[in-house]
Amino acid sequence: MSTTTPPRERPRQAAGQAVPAQHQPTAKSRHSQRWLAWIFLAPTILGMGLFTLIPIVASVVLAFFRWDIISAPTFVGFDNFSEVVQDPTVRVSFLNTIVFVVVAVAFQLGLALALAIMVQEKMPAWLRVFFRSAFFFPLILSAASVSIFMRYLFNEQFGVVNWFLSLAGIPAVPWLTTPGGSAAVVILVYVWQNFGFSFLLFIGGLASIPVETYEAASIDGATGWRKHLHVTLPLLSPTTLVASVMAIISALQVFDQPYVLTRGGPGDSTRTAVMVIFESAFQRLEFGQASAIGVLLTLIIMAITAAQFRLSKRFVFYQ
Amino acid sequence: MTTTTDHGLAGHSPRLSEGLPVTTPRRRRFSWTFALRVGLLLIAAALTLGPVLWTLSTSLRSPSESFKLPPSFFPWNPDFTSYGEVFQQLNIFLLVLNSALVTGLIAVGQMVSAAMAGYAFAHLKFRGRGALFSIVLATMMVPVQVTIVPVFMLIRGMGLSDTLLALILPAIPTAFGTFLMRQYFMGLPAELAEAASIDGASPWRTFRSVYAPLAMPGMAIVGILAFNFHWNEFFRPLILTISEQNFTLPLGLVSLQGNLGTGSISVVLAGVVLSMIPALVVFMFGQRALQDGLTAGTGK
Repeated sequence: MSTTTPPRERPRQAAGQAVPAQHQPTAKSRHSQRWLAWIFLAPTILGMGLFTLIPIVASVVLAFFRWDIISAPTFVGFDNFSEVVQDPTVRVSFLNTIVFVVVAVAFQLGLALALAIMVQEKMPAWLRVFFRSAFFFPLILSAASVSIFMRYLFNEQFGVVNWFLSLAGIPAVPWLTTPGGSAAVVILVYVWQNFGFSFLLFIGGLASIPVETYEAASIDGATGWRKHLHVTLPLLSPTTLVASVMAIISALQVFDQPYVLTRGGPGDSTRTAVMVIFESAFQRLEFGQASAIGVLLTLIIMAITAAQFRLSKRFVFYQ
Repeated sequence: MTTTTDHGLAGHSPRLSEGLPVTTPRRRRFSWTFALRVGLLLIAAALTLGPVLWTLSTSLRSPSESFKLPPSFFPWNPDFTSYGEVFQQLNIFLLVLNSALVTGLIAVGQMVSAAMAGYAFAHLKFRGRGALFSIVLATMMVPVQVTIVPVFMLIRGMGLSDTLLALILPAIPTAFGTFLMRQYFMGLPAELAEAASIDGASPWRTFRSVYAPLAMPGMAIVGILAFNFHWNEFFRPLILTISEQNFTLPLGLVSLQGNLGTGSISVVLAGVVLSMIPALVVFMFGQRALQDGLTAGTGK
């Protein structure tokens, strides 16, 4: 922190970075350090400029042009945006994405929290390690591979899921051939693969709650679920905020699962925002429209992130 | 400053694993709440691992028997026909080679470039350091789907379309890796550089021979994260590769499933199982590092 830095170094510490106390450089070494730093930074900074920053700007600019790569781009003002907003497929896919995010994230966070609380209570260490590894495991698989085998498991006639349901006397569910069934499968497969990440975050949050808090609560007579309602949930709210922001941002970008499981169908029932970007750019060669959709999606992501942090000031309880 | 390994939450939480005196009886007695809790957790674990076990066991059946109910989750009589079959139907050597090449080079590139940038942000002084670091962090929030159209054009302009380099180069600069490595280097004392310079080491040598070796655990986390992410990646390869000879494994498997329809699922699943092997190795040997990396910077 700047408080530990000698005053004459102040100009160089402009941003007040937390840096361990450094030796006093001579004028010469300071000069060479400045050059040296840029050499160290070159691969990352040049790469990011080329493959991230320029593309961001280009994406925004492109959203105002009509371009099919073959002919020269023409400036069309806000036409791409107004066309995109009126396009029924785009509308449906944004709506699908929002419904998907709400249901999948609520499911994922609820499941992860419940499992994390159960795992963190008293049990033999080996059993806890087993559960943690099991819930973490799907995260290391590829979403494409997972969707491949899940498609077989949810097969209407021969699928294992319907076989288990038939044991309970439930008639075969047309999972992948009806709009509702497809949406349910995409959500289930997505949550199956991703709840482990939220679970890990909650485990970390739970581990940081001091055990004395629970002792105090038990002296006050709180037991069982009341203890969790009044102690765990409030103290866990910073973790819940981080977990929900990350879950929402990643769910908004869902692509692999619906692409492999359903190709967006039947009809447009499981088409998502990113699938529409992909299709308008690389199947219909409407790069301007694809960029416009991308810009809209980014704005939504930024708005949600900002809203969540604003809300957090009211609802998140910091110890 | 905490090092990245301190971020982790894997391992046991000593406080909670001591047990909450509220719910647990001191003496070992059968407890219904304990049984219910472990029972529910076992169901959740079965639902998590079941599909993977079914995939493994189905891949070890002959293609003609692959659709079989009741399902089996353990391969009692393994039959490797499907594995032979998948090698015939799919140029799996090439797919594995492509995936390994792409993933390996990205991982190494990220480790080196992130270590260098992280070191500069942690231990070197230059104008605009704070601002530049903020920009690097901000790029983490931009989803890859939004930049993919310009990246695609850029790759075309560079004459790299439909090459493996098209997948590798854009993935090497890593904001998250740079962040992790900066954290790691800030945990190493600046006095090391002082001592090295007194011994006459050049700044590059100080980094190469003093700091980089000490930062290997941090670099390992960056490498494992990169490996896991890019080995499984589907969206970018789908867009940036065109001919089958440049496909990576996930892409090849999805196209295999498309070609075969629902005919011989054991063959497709054999391919899926093969593609999981590297991930399994990471899971067995680098789970802790992976968990630490994934959750680094999410609080604390």
